[in-house]
Amino acid sequence: MTMVAAADPIRPGRGGFFGALSDVLWRNPRLTLFLMLTPPLLWLGIIYLGSLFALLLQSFFSIDEYSGLIRREFTLSTYAELLNRANIDIIVRTLVMSASVTVGAAIVAFPIAYFAARYARGKWKALFYLGIMLPLWSSYLVKVYAWKLILAREGILNWLFAKLHLTWLLDAWLAIPVVGGNSLSVSHTGTFLVFLYVWLPYMILPVQAALERVPGNLVEASADLGASPRQTFSNVLLPLALPGVIAGSIFTFSLTMGDYIIPQIVGTSRRFIGQAVYAHQGTAGNIPLAAAFTVVPIVVMGFYLWFAKRRGAFDAL
Amino acid sequence: MTTAVSFQEVSRHFGAVRAVDRVDLDIREGEFFAMLGPSGSGKTTCLRLMAGFEQPTAGHIEIFGETAEGVPPYRRSVNTVFQDYALFPHLNVLDNVAYGLMVRGVARAERHAQAEAALDLVKLPGYGGRKPGQLSGGQRQRVALARALVNRPKVLLLDEPLGALDLKLREQMQEELKSLQKALGITFVFVTHDQGEALSMADRIAVFSEGRIMQIGTPEEVYKRPRSRFVADFVGSSNVLPPDFTARHGGARQWASLRPEALRLAEDGVGIAATVVGRAYLGASTRLILDAEGERIHAVLPAGASLPGDGAAIRLAFDKADLHVMEDQS
Repeated sequence: MTMVAAADPIRPGRGGFFGALSDVLWRNPRLTLFLMLTPPLLWLGIIYLGSLFALLLQSFFSIDEYSGLIRREFTLSTYAELLNRANIDIIVRTLVMSASVTVGAAIVAFPIAYFAARYARGKWKALFYLGIMLPLWSSYLVKVYAWKLILAREGILNWLFAKLHLTWLLDAWLAIPVVGGNSLSVSHTGTFLVFLYVWLPYMILPVQAALERVPGNLVEASADLGASPRQTFSNVLLPLALPGVIAGSIFTFSLTMGDYIIPQIVGTSRRFIGQAVYAHQGTAGNIPLAAAFTVVPIVVMGFYLWFAKRRGAFDAL
Repeated sequence: MTTAVSFQEVSRHFGAVRAVDRVDLDIREGEFFAMLGPSGSGKTTCLRLMAGFEQPTAGHIEIFGETAEGVPPYRRSVNTVFQDYALFPHLNVLDNVAYGLMVRGVARAERHAQAEAALDLVKLPGYGGRKPGQLSGGQRQRVALARALVNRPKVLLLDEPLGALDLKLREQMQEELKSLQKALGITFVFVTHDQGEALSMADRIAVFSEGRIMQIGTPEEVYKRPRSRFVADFVGSSNVLPPDFTARHGGARQWASLRPEALRLAEDGVGIAATVVGRAYLGASTRLILDAEGERIHAVLPAGASLPGDGAAIRLAFDKADLHVMEDQS
């Protein structure tokens, strides 16, 4: 057997500027890392975090009630205002809604993500991703207005309940205080349903990614050791998928906390944090109070992550 | 004697693929049973049918006389040691071992005591606090074994349990598994593609090929008296001799097998003329690869003999008694 004659033991450099540059970058991995990270870090650090801190700083200023001008002196009076009865109501309402949406999304997302991670292959997997992502391609406003029509008294949902002779059930639900209302489109239930729909992909994708990493034989091993499907779910699947659920809940929770459009279009006239921020920094011109409101989601998320970590939610990472 | 696992005409088809095809099998209580075959021969599917991860397409399975088809894995007193161990990464070693007891509601102190005892049994005392990720392959293997044994299964299934271990560790584990099985008296069913492993550990061996069992017997039966050319070839690389060759050298005109170690060098003028094509040094012996009358023949010669070099013309001899005529002539 004859072999093609080998080339030089060490081939000459490619030459030119880019050839020399690749050699230099290869020899200096730290320089490469520095060059790659600097632009995004500058963007994140100055443009994004910088403006966030500037905003937070505003929350320690206050507004002059007579002139409407901002007094640039350190004070906690804005925070005192944040904690008055009406504002606490807004915060609690937002937190309860965010938590409900998160729990609802986790419950709806899990079986979908499980199917996608365990059983969907090839064509079905592509279809799954398309189905999850497709709603994200259309405008958020279109979706929300579509839901307003669906949930309206003349909407398809009411019609469906009537056809199924279940109008009494819907009416009974709407008669419940707080969650009910005149129709679904002007109730907290309606707001919940729209939030659930809009943020669902942000829960499904991380949960699916987490489940994808759980080897199938762990489920078999659990069954083999005598665990019923329910025990396998709570002892093996859920703990291992928990980082994904937490990641998804960060999305659904913080997105719900910050949103001001959905509760404005679908739901009651009672305000959420996002609407309060919007109103205070816009029409009311009360930037310090708006800034104080934005601190709430940040603090809540901080506590949430701290608590999740303490409970071992990230141990399986 | 009680039958631990019984297959009656069991088939498992995946679409057009007949992974297991009309298999009859009786595994006795307390026996160390090996299912041997190349990959894709259906041995692992048979194991999964016993564990309950697969359901038969047709046929009937009994475990200690009770019907097993349709019974989910978690209701079978059968435990599995998985090929890649399948330890729960989020639980420490002790909780992994205690898992089977935990799901059955055994109190914490009691199950931990039993798990500790199981870890002692597999010679890993004091490892309970570690996570599976902190263990070596051999240690994980032992934890997987302890996790299965702590449930005192009626049948223990082992899916290529030694495949990922290095040679030294594998030989050590072979001995330990064998002595564990003797001490506990549990029926072990063991899947392997390594004929050496099957021969050295099992009480009986089933040789699989293409979803069927080619032969069931003791290691000695399977090794010395293979029923078919496949078994002769797969179990220990026997020389498979065609009918004409057998007839020329003192046998009937039938397919026969001849163990490589049954061959020896002979003086000029006797035996079969052969040419040395190559050789492989095996330590205690040397395998000569020979061309004899157009047939590729292997001969294993003990160390110390003076060996002919490549291309040398030699003569081969063997005892007629070692020539085994196979039942299955197809």
